Amino acid sequence: MKAPLIARFSKPSLVLALLTYPILTASAVQAQSIAEGQKLAFDRAKGNCLTCHVIKGGDLPGTIGPELSDLKSRYSRDDLIAIVSDETKRNPLTVMPPFGRNRILSEKEINAVVDFLQTL
Amino acid sequence: MILRLAIHAASAAVAFGLLAFAPAAHAADSVDPVADANAFKKFFTDKFPKVTLKDFVNGPYSMSEDLHRQWEEKEEFPPYEFALEAGKEMFAKPFKNGKSYADCFPNKGIGIRQNYPYFDEKEGKVITLELALNRCREANGEAPFSYVKDEMAALTAYMAYTSRGKPMDIKIPNDPRALEAYQKGKEYFYTRRGQLNFSCATCHVQSPGERIRAEVLAPALGILNAMPIYRSEWSGMGTTSRRFTTCNSQIRGVPLNPQDDEYRNLEYYLSYVSNGLPISGPGARP
Ligand code: HEC
Ligand code: HEC
Repeated sequence: MKAPLIARFSKPSLVLALLTYPILTASAVQAQSIAEGQKLAFDRAKGNCLTCHVIKGGDLPGTIGPELSDLKSRYSRDDLIAIVSDETKRNPLTVMPPFGRNRILSEKEINAVVDFLQTL
Repeated sequence: MILRLAIHAASAAVAFGLLAFAPAAHAADSVDPVADANAFKKFFTDKFPKVTLKDFVNGPYSMSEDLHRQWEEKEEFPPYEFALEAGKEMFAKPFKNGKSYADCFPNKGIGIRQNYPYFDEKEGKVITLELALNRCREANGEAPFSYVKDEMAALTAYMAYTSRGKPMDIKIPNDPRALEAYQKGKEYFYTRRGQLNFSCATCHVQSPGERIRAEVLAPALGILNAMPIYRSEWSGMGTTSRRFTTCNSQIRGVPLNPQDDEYRNLEYYLSYVSNGLPISGPGARP
């Protein structure tokens, strides 16, 4: 796919690309981000969300948290970013790690994870 | 799912209300181990009404009937047998100076596992069984063993075996330092740490019986009674020290050194609140 190409764009040229081929490039970026988000969510060294959540397409899920499904109907994008960044804000006793606050995932990575969550 | 969240939050609140801050009748800063231990047992027996008190010592195997059956099958050909035999032999074999382990322990070391760790009033510190074994070796001119596996696991396996069925019997002497050690162990147990922001209680009080990936989490009640354990995942035996350091690494925290004061205090606390539950070591785990 075009992944390496997109990665090589500098910011202005990415903006330019987005302006020139708004539909095609935006959806390619989107698809890439979703794939990246899924990888992060399943990767043991990164999100490792499967440790606690059943997630479609993932093997050996844990049962500590609720199954992640149908999230788009219940949460806005900002809600999801907030949950992944620091769920202790919503529930101080949660066992879910604060991925943003403790810098387990970067802002960009959280965005990708949320792109993926919104497809569930 | 909302219900699920509510249940999580409610049970966690119960756990923290009862356990971390002791009963409301007492001032927040008073240390009351007897009340702690009662609240601790009540929390787990309320949460798992079908599990009998003495069954909690079977860790993950106590958490479902399916797992319990697996455990019974495993006990027919216990994978710790080899370590147990080795430990028995090592325990009997004299040191180069002619003395042996039996000379270092009350009742020649037989049937005493349930009294460890204890608070040593001369030293002002908690002494675990693993520490006492290495001190015994060094006092007799022998090199200490690694705390995490092999020989140390074999020796503690044998000593636990001679105490099987005896109720855990940890004492807190009337010494402010003993109470302080207990309290520090308790604080360690409930303090969140590491990049993942977990405390021991996050996994073993808030989530016992849940699966974390493929592993079923053991309840904190009686969690040390089966030590040392054989784990298929380790393809071998591990001691209490090994389990503590492994759990700390899993949360991307920096584990302490085996037998650091914090771990000794932690073991003191966890053993005390499990008083009355039978020693079941050595154990076998998935
Ligand atoms: C150690 C356990 C654990 C891990 C790891 C974990 N979570 Fe959670 N998560 C929970 C629990 C428990 C809840 C339930 C809500 C609460 O406790 O506040 C939850 C709730 C959620 C929710 C809200 C779900 C709903 O239906 O309301 C989302 C979304 C979520 N987690 C996403 C993630 C993502 C994405 C990751 C990985 C980057 C992740 N979680 C990792 C334990 C975990
Ligand atoms: C991220 C979750 C997690 C945290 C936090 C955690 N543990 Fe564990 N612990 C496990 C898992 C997984 C196992 C293996 C399955 C089992 O036996 O519970 C385990 C097993 C154990 C066992 C052996 C239980 C048995 O019967 O086999 C002990 C003892 C233990 N942990 C103590 C601790 C202590 C003490 C701490 C804090 C310093 C701690 N754990 C923190 C996940 C955790």
